[in-house]
Amino acid sequence: MSAVTSILTPIRLDYTYTAGRATQRFLLGMAEGRILGQRCPQCTKVYVPPRGACPQCGVPTTDEVEVSGKGTVTTFCIVRIPSDVLSVPPPFTCAHVLLDGADLPFFALIQECEFDAVRMGMRVEAVWAPPAELAPTFESIRYFRPLDEPDAAYETYKEHL
Amino acid sequence: MARREVAIVGFAQSASVRRETALNEVEMLMPILGEAKAQAGLRGPEIGFTVSGSCDYLAGQPFAFVSALDAVGAWPPIAESHVEMDGAWALYEAWVKLQTGEADSALVYAFGKSSMGDLPEVLTLQLDPYTAAPLWPDAIALAALQARAYLEKTGRSERDLAAVAVRSRRAAAANPKAQVRTTADVETLLATPYLASPLRAHDCPPISDGCAALVLACGEAVRRSAMPPVWIRGIDHRIEAHALGVRDLAASPSTRLAGEKAGATPGGVDLAELHAPFTHQELILRDALGLGADVDVNPSGGALAANPMMVAGLIRIGEAAARLAAGAGRRALAHATSGPCLQQNLVCVLERD
Repeated sequence: MSAVTSILTPIRLDYTYTAGRATQRFLLGMAEGRILGQRCPQCTKVYVPPRGACPQCGVPTTDEVEVSGKGTVTTFCIVRIPSDVLSVPPPFTCAHVLLDGADLPFFALIQECEFDAVRMGMRVEAVWAPPAELAPTFESIRYFRPLDEPDAAYETYKEHL
Repeated sequence: MARREVAIVGFAQSASVRRETALNEVEMLMPILGEAKAQAGLRGPEIGFTVSGSCDYLAGQPFAFVSALDAVGAWPPIAESHVEMDGAWALYEAWVKLQTGEADSALVYAFGKSSMGDLPEVLTLQLDPYTAAPLWPDAIALAALQARAYLEKTGRSERDLAAVAVRSRRAAAANPKAQVRTTADVETLLATPYLASPLRAHDCPPISDGCAALVLACGEAVRRSAMPPVWIRGIDHRIEAHALGVRDLAASPSTRLAGEKAGATPGGVDLAELHAPFTHQELILRDALGLGADVDVNPSGGALAANPMMVAGLIRIGEAAARLAAGAGRRALAHATSGPCLQQNLVCVLERD
């Protein structure tokens, strides 16, 4: 008798995600070409995207703030394997971008830039989808591209690595 | 080592609703955590231990419980833990932590938004993944197997089950947090069609979104509370086999044993909150715990009236404590269950000074 070494048991579950009030505001902002965050009333940190709470203080963030589409690369990597979820072919640059006025860096693609030119502290700006294609999704920001500005000093983003 | 006396000093819960579409889990939890801490008279940084109960399968996201920590405020770093179980088991972990003397207070919370997925199918994944889950028996079908076994063994009837639902709904009518608050008589309920024979809709719990939080304290920390302390005099939990076929589904030996170990002597309590999502399960639990007609069972309406997954067990403990604190009795029993067909059971005995 031969041993059963594997069985196939297909499982599929579908979910309807609830963004929540705060993230919903952010996503609606994306559809308007705006980046909306929320400020903690205690520590004054600005979270983008907001989840409705300050994770450090554990209090609701109710104060909405619009932040700039310009920011600083805090850390990055060059990806050389294809991604199931990103539409860009490899190699491509992933980065954490700290937007001016925000206290939480967020994940972004960097394009219009040679790979060996990407660096920590590099100043970048958001490139938005054409107005007709703006939608309540992160993908309304197509990618970030370099700004012709001097690099940000390490001290300005070292708390956000 | 002498046992430390642990008190429940704060409890808050959201209203249970069929579908919470506006708020995410963090937004649901924050006001509830704030309310429980305020009752306890403790600010976040003063709390020695934090522990939650939830299930990532409900959210459909790995590590959803870590995201929920945004609601707590985890900086400077806090001592924190999580159980992938009903919050009643998180409370048990907190109680053990307080016994070690490493903390004098603990925040316990639980959340569940069942509405995001197909709950009966999500619950199927609790089963043995090789021989049971691939057949996709859902939670209602499994409960119906248990109900049939119980009715056959005891000679009780579907009318007895309906009577449980009627009493539960009547009690829930006075509970603003409950979800099923429409009263009905036995005849009306028995005229409705089966969902899975012998169970009808009224024999089954609603699908609920909700959350709850509870604060425990020892020693000096107890005195800060605005709520009269309710003491945990005994707590124990027991588990039965995973495979449904090897269990006697018509009885709950794990509940009986947990009750004995927790000191829940028959006739010794004024009220009981039993986590019985199905009508027949309340009867099985009453049998296992020897609860007579003199005990006020599920004055909140119980899980038949509001059943946020991973939360409804913790709510039983909080409801029992809140009722004792309000003067509804001196001694109460609270029970929580987890797993299919009452697989795991926790019993705690609560007392007011």
